[in-house]
Amino acid sequence: MAALATLRSASSLFGGYRFIYKNLVAAHSHVWDSVRPNLHLQQRWYAVSHLSVQERIDKKREAARLGGGQARIDAQHKRGKLTARERVELLLDPDTFVEYDMFVEHRCSDFGMDAAQNKYPGDSVVTGQGRINGRLVYVFSQDFTVYGGSLSGAHAQKICKIMDQAVLVGAPVIGLNDSGGARIQEGVESLAGYADIFLRNVLVSGVVPQISLIMGPCAGGAVYSPALTDFTFMVKDTSYLFITGPDVVKSVTNEDVTQEELGGAKTHTAVSGVAHRAFENDVEALLNLREFFNFLPLSNKDPAPVMECHDPSDRLVPGLDTVVPFESTKAYDMLDIIHGIVDERDFFEIMPNYAKNIVVGFARMNGRTVGIVGNQPKVASGCLDINSSVKGARFVRFCDAFNIPIITFVDVPGFLPGTAQEYGGIIRHGAKLLFAFAEATVPKITIITRKAYGGAYDVMSSKHLRGDVNYAWPSAEVAVMGAKGAVQIIFRGKENQAEAEAEYVETFANPFPAAVRGFVDDIIQPSSTRMRICRDLEVLVNKRQTNPWKKHANIPL
Amino acid sequence: MAAPRVTSGLQRVLLMLKNVHFKSGYHIVASRKQYSTVYDPNEKTFEKILIANRGEIACRIIKTCKKMGIKTVAVHSDVDSSAVHVKMADEAVCVGPAPTSKSYLNMDAIMEAIRKTRAEAVHPGYGFLSENKEFAKRLAAEGVTFIGPDTHAIQAMGDKIESKLIAKNAKVNTIPGFDGVVKDTDQAISIAREIGYPVMIKASAGGGGKGMRIAWNDEETREGFRFSSQEAASSFGDDRLLIEKFIDNPRHIEIQVLADKHGNALWLNERECSIQRRNQKVIEEAPSTFLDPNTRKQMGEQAVSLAKAVKYSSAGTVEFLVDSQRNFYFLEMNTRLQVEHPITECITGLDLVQEMIRIAKGYKLHLKQADIPIKGWAIESRVYAEDPYKSFGLPSIGRLSQYIEPLNLTNVRVDSGIKEGSDISIYYDPMISKLVTYGSTRADALQQMVEALDNYVIRGVTHNISLLREILVHPRFVKGDISTKFLPEVYPDGFKGHQLSDNGRRELLATAACLYVALQLRSRRFLGNQRVSTSHKEQNRWELSLNLDKDTHVVTVFSTGSLFTVELDGKRLNVTSEWNLASALLPVTIDGTQRTMQCLSRDASGNVSLQYLGTVFKIQVLNRKAADLNKHMPEKVPEDSGSILRSPMPGSVVAVSVKPGDMVSEGQEICVIEAMKMQNSMTAARTAKVKTVHCKAGDTVAEGDILIELGMD
Repeated sequence: MAALATLRSASSLFGGYRFIYKNLVAAHSHVWDSVRPNLHLQQRWYAVSHLSVQERIDKKREAARLGGGQARIDAQHKRGKLTARERVELLLDPDTFVEYDMFVEHRCSDFGMDAAQNKYPGDSVVTGQGRINGRLVYVFSQDFTVYGGSLSGAHAQKICKIMDQAVLVGAPVIGLNDSGGARIQEGVESLAGYADIFLRNVLVSGVVPQISLIMGPCAGGAVYSPALTDFTFMVKDTSYLFITGPDVVKSVTNEDVTQEELGGAKTHTAVSGVAHRAFENDVEALLNLREFFNFLPLSNKDPAPVMECHDPSDRLVPGLDTVVPFESTKAYDMLDIIHGIVDERDFFEIMPNYAKNIVVGFARMNGRTVGIVGNQPKVASGCLDINSSVKGARFVRFCDAFNIPIITFVDVPGFLPGTAQEYGGIIRHGAKLLFAFAEATVPKITIITRKAYGGAYDVMSSKHLRGDVNYAWPSAEVAVMGAKGAVQIIFRGKENQAEAEAEYVETFANPFPAAVRGFVDDIIQPSSTRMRICRDLEVLVNKRQTNPWKKHANIPL
Repeated sequence: MAAPRVTSGLQRVLLMLKNVHFKSGYHIVASRKQYSTVYDPNEKTFEKILIANRGEIACRIIKTCKKMGIKTVAVHSDVDSSAVHVKMADEAVCVGPAPTSKSYLNMDAIMEAIRKTRAEAVHPGYGFLSENKEFAKRLAAEGVTFIGPDTHAIQAMGDKIESKLIAKNAKVNTIPGFDGVVKDTDQAISIAREIGYPVMIKASAGGGGKGMRIAWNDEETREGFRFSSQEAASSFGDDRLLIEKFIDNPRHIEIQVLADKHGNALWLNERECSIQRRNQKVIEEAPSTFLDPNTRKQMGEQAVSLAKAVKYSSAGTVEFLVDSQRNFYFLEMNTRLQVEHPITECITGLDLVQEMIRIAKGYKLHLKQADIPIKGWAIESRVYAEDPYKSFGLPSIGRLSQYIEPLNLTNVRVDSGIKEGSDISIYYDPMISKLVTYGSTRADALQQMVEALDNYVIRGVTHNISLLREILVHPRFVKGDISTKFLPEVYPDGFKGHQLSDNGRRELLATAACLYVALQLRSRRFLGNQRVSTSHKEQNRWELSLNLDKDTHVVTVFSTGSLFTVELDGKRLNVTSEWNLASALLPVTIDGTQRTMQCLSRDASGNVSLQYLGTVFKIQVLNRKAADLNKHMPEKVPEDSGSILRSPMPGSVVAVSVKPGDMVSEGQEICVIEAMKMQNSMTAARTAKVKTVHCKAGDTVAEGDILIELGMD
């Protein structure tokens, strides 16, 4: 099995090469000539060696800062992209970047690669640590101006170094990806480099937050590093993620597809669910990443951050009393509820364009980061399907791994029926969300705003899955199913269906059946929800809960 | 409860009471409002009143009923079941689904509600059934009191043709025009030619500007006739039209009258309602700057004589057009409580709803003409859910995500029927509230209104506060130099929001820059042990680049605590504020000048929307480094707006007059959208072939939905 898996992934890696190789050749023919004379000059300087060590240090640093040279920097800018160093500077607080391995060079000697003019101090990645709003973060930023940002052994080694250190001190890792793929000249050395990074991505997972921001191409095997991190963000129009490029797709499956359609930001944020969010351009992406970073704890040993907050924790939200329509078939926007409740209406939504029938994202309550999960009645009635279950499950697991309390708003009519869902494995995928909520030991607060039907009721952070505080709004209906379906079963053959339905509604379409059994702790006025959640979070701040010892759980993947 | 009960705002009310007929033993109910003064609890009126209306006017009526100890019944459509008026009333009855014809105009259901709740009387508010004689008749037949004039007065004044004749006979000045119903387009044109252009075509049963068009030539008469009869049919179920001379550049001034069932009638001074768009009022004031005491008296007396001529009882309004020579012509009489009645209440100290209820019960007026004061000045702004940038206001819909009325200010009255979380839907009038301010002088009232608009928080729908505020500070308005043409004259190219002065721009930019710095400083303030670096000292000098209207401004901010010093354009400004980043209001002091701004949105990309002097400005604030790098960012190509026709407002498609492949010329009508009972003609932006049609008659469209795509020429 393992062998098969390796084989398969190797073949897809290979597919990646072809794209990369072409790309690299294209890049060379553009700028090679203009750069070469300059490099000749440098070579001569090193050769005569009249220079002092200090002068050589300075020269090397200068060369490292220039990456692939001014011509390639200009080309990068022309594509609407920033250079690796510009990105790091913008991402981090001013003057806080501490760079590592500026003198590291690639070690390849084949194809004339060992010639001095083919070596760039620092190689094709910039690594180091710095601060975002005063908090420590490790960063690597791939430099497309050096060999198209391709991954050499040295490149991988630099990344691994900062990842190892990030784990030692407990600080997140941010990767800014802009790479054509493997360094073909290095062959297996490059493949080994990828694997070294993959291994660390896996070992670091759940220890410190890992964030990938795709700012250029990321293809072939390289895509698995972002895929293993906690969050993948993209830049619109300039970034791509795919296993094999359009040319290979054409030759294998005969599909005509553009890069953008195959692996652009729109595809991955709306169709595949590979990326969590996309931003307009490099500058906006990096500024948004700074904001996003403020929601995260530095490691799994740190509590969820608490920020200074001007929004009163006891603020009533009168608009919530009327947000749920009287007709239980009518939709409303769950975001209205979320925006009303969280601090300063500030909600950082994750995957806003994918599986929109569930809403997930980060916000703050009285300054403290919380993860929010909510069914979205506006889309597909807020039902749970394969995509929304997976989206929700992954988010819940991230929150649980990093001590972020989870607040769940429930308005779910059930799981989506149909062959598409059954054949797609809704049973297996729906189980992921159930699994995630059940195993989570962070504070869990649940508010049933309207429907909580069937198995979906159980799944959505119910009392039975160790919900700490479970509230129902007066509009809540907790039942096995809606009135129509239930009546057909309970009162089969009864003549007056309408009367039977009314009886059912009277009995079940209200919060009492759950409340009398203690399955919800209280029925609350919607406008008081914010106040209560803030108070409960304060109580739950010292919650300690451990699951039975195990090597690891076996989530139904 | 026999002793006078005194609550907040007392002093002001006592002042106002000086001229009001006052007997000991009366209660003083002094809320913050400028009405609700005196009533006699021993004067029995009704046990229970049903209010056949919704929104702010229903709430307004319920308030007075509560004061008078009368129980109230609200009626509502299903979508209004959690509306404010329903919550305020003692009882509520659902009378049908959302469309007004099936609920608020559904007489059968309302009659049923009256029977069920045993209401003794009905207050109809304005609009809906307020001037429906049929309704009044049916009430009378069941022995229920209609709080309004008698059926014959409604009938006589409701018909524009009849009312004009009666007015003529009562020696009221009238406008030259055709006294009769116009049959068809051809007759309309011949009549129009006879009277002489310009002419006004209006619905015989109309009011409120609906079914009303002005025509300057035959072509416009033809078109106006068509539109007016359609609108009249859909609004009033009566497509009869009439035509009269259109008085160019007039003022619209109306006289409030109050008459009892014993032949007594009073005039309660005038309201100046000249600021209008599409014949609908926007800002009203009382008194008018234009009337001298003599004209006022003449108008008042003519209004009273008309009221007496039709044996009018209850509150009513006689509308006049006044030309620049202070000649006034009778326009129409509204046999109901007017939208803008609060300003009359402010300057007279009367509660008109209370008076209407008393009169309906048969009590005599307890005031004499000499008792009617003009105390101070009152202004009313109609705050609408509208986009004022589109023909001075096209309806917008949405949910009021945040809503705070400026009631913390003195001398402010807000009549509204919505609250935070309410929906402004396509089914009803898009009015959010009537914002009324009061002052001892006009200048005071104006100043207070400006302040109130700045402090009014409305989020979730587009609103017209920018337009209201710009009108209020416009030199012509301040001078009182206005007419019904004010808006098109002052903004010939349409309203474009506040135009920044150099100083204003500096204030705005400085505030945006400081807000950015305050946010940046706050984003480092982690509480508890968050392993924040201590080796770095807090930044206190910020070099920023601000983009406003495609211009870039370089700004430096120096921060010491909450005081920021801003350098821009070679000038230094001191900006202080609490920088409460959660508050909807952003009060700042810039070099000693206090401004209340509002931050509508801000994001991590540095974009902020600030409401400054009523208008929302979008500014992008970047630090120097980000701004430098931003120049490398690719321009995103905006959509070609000439080829795509989008719905400017939510509504329903009445007609589509083209199909794919048709050639259309610039300005040609492509389709008609109806929203809030107004029909709007959508025209082609250029000459081209129609590529695709995305809508069909009967569709409901949202704002921004694509209606039609045009191909290349």
